[in-house]
Amino acid sequence: MTDVKRTLDALWRIEGARIVATLARVTGDLGLAEDLAQEAVADALVQWPESGVPRNGAAWLTTVAKRKAIDGWRRRERLDERYRAMGHELESGPAGEGMAADAWEPIDDDILRLIFTACHPVLSREGQIALTLRIVGGLTTEEIARMFLVPVATVQQRIVRAKKTLSAANVPFEVPDPSEWRERLSAVLGAIYLIFTEGYAATSGDRWIRNDLANEALRLGRILAELVPREPEAHALVALMEFQASRFAARVDREGAPILLAEQDRSRWDRTQIGRAQAALDRADAAGRGRGPYALQAAIAECHATAPSVTGTNWERIVLLYEALGRIAPNPVVELNRAAAVSMATGPASALLIVDQLADEGALRGSHLLPSVRGELLARLGRLEEARSEFATAAALTLNSRQRDVLLAKAAAL
Amino acid sequence: MKYMLIMRSTDEAKKEYQSRPFEEILEAMGAYNESLIKAGVLLGGDGLADDMTDNFVVDFSTDTPVVTDGPYGETHELFNGFWIIQVGSKEEAAEWASRVPLGPGSKIEVRRVTEMSDFADYADTPAMKQEAAWRAERGEQLA
Repeated sequence: MTDVKRTLDALWRIEGARIVATLARVTGDLGLAEDLAQEAVADALVQWPESGVPRNGAAWLTTVAKRKAIDGWRRRERLDERYRAMGHELESGPAGEGMAADAWEPIDDDILRLIFTACHPVLSREGQIALTLRIVGGLTTEEIARMFLVPVATVQQRIVRAKKTLSAANVPFEVPDPSEWRERLSAVLGAIYLIFTEGYAATSGDRWIRNDLANEALRLGRILAELVPREPEAHALVALMEFQASRFAARVDREGAPILLAEQDRSRWDRTQIGRAQAALDRADAAGRGRGPYALQAAIAECHATAPSVTGTNWERIVLLYEALGRIAPNPVVELNRAAAVSMATGPASALLIVDQLADEGALRGSHLLPSVRGELLARLGRLEEARSEFATAAALTLNSRQRDVLLAKAAAL
Repeated sequence: MKYMLIMRSTDEAKKEYQSRPFEEILEAMGAYNESLIKAGVLLGGDGLADDMTDNFVVDFSTDTPVVTDGPYGETHELFNGFWIIQVGSKEEAAEWASRVPLGPGSKIEVRRVTEMSDFADYADTPAMKQEAAWRAERGEQLA
């Protein structure tokens, strides 16, 4: 890779979202904006090695992309108000090649519009994630494909389909109305958290943790929290991700095999990161609007992060937090986690009742989670044969080979 | 990847600095910090006092360490502030470093911050185990 290419990549990571956001504001079309920006990047790859990297690369790219937009409209003879306004702006700028070098003042709201549009509920979760990583995170299609272990063509397809869906549904490039705010923000938070959880525990493949994905989700979360500082759940999501990421160094051994919470060397947890997580949770609480689902999960993660050991963990408090979480966001996975906490606080027998209830309801069918927790509880109750069979079932259900190894080892150890 | 951006200045930089209104410098630095925050990459950072009455250097050039006034008394080369950022590549760190609003004579030294994985090969040595124990102790105090 040439120096120019590397410089351009770095510039794109830092400014790409703002460039696309600015273009989307003037063209009113996110898909078109992204295409124009990519064409400008292609131009830069040809021109910068000759002319040198301009002092304000982002302004250069934006100006070139805007000219391309005008050329496109000109070809299609769509000389409307929009074109006249933009054409005037460009023509009144510095003449010739002096690409309006310092006229680069993106509007922060544009980034917020960008995030909300990329996570619009009209898109599938996969589409939201692909668009968010590509357009807001500035990742290349290849990087996204590598992170999710899918072919490049699949990611390309998802992005193209997502752009088409936005355009077909006439999704405007805007921050939603107050009436839609809550639902849309929760879609955005959900997309970011999904990117993180994929990094925290990959659903498939042979690596358990993907630091790159988790870090990208953290970065996106921090950007969002900065853009909507009065939304407690945005800060809470950052807190939750920071708490969980603080354990990364301790969660896998040198061979990449997972180390479970009980066996983790707590001295390897990142104390600075735990401090940042607590600060973010404080910011969420400071809004004075009570704790939402992310704040409750962050509070649970905080109990673990600040405990000296598994036995020294305040499990009673964790059970209470799970109960609160179950009330505002009922979900079988939350119930299962509550069961695990109950088993630590009051013993495996009461926990097994919760898990059996879940099994009777047919919850989490097809997931390895329920049989693996059930196996754990049965083992603690001395019902070894049943436990072994549950672990085997769980191992057959997981798609992650590292996870499978752990479960098979548990069954074999009984 | 975590990087530390270390701000260093020389006499030349200091002179240039003093010729500018301090509010202007504060404003430029503030805008730069804001851009780091808004990009979600800033993890921490602080300035360091350059008041010579509070600073000193411990010199190991003789048998017993000697505390002298400093820092770097002869050259007046100061390490006067730092940022810790988390980015995706070395080039991204370089791009951020080149945006620090500093005048001529200044330098930004960019160093990657080591992570536990850098020392994985030494995890079983007594020194690293002790380091780990100390960290655990600090963690308990945190709770």
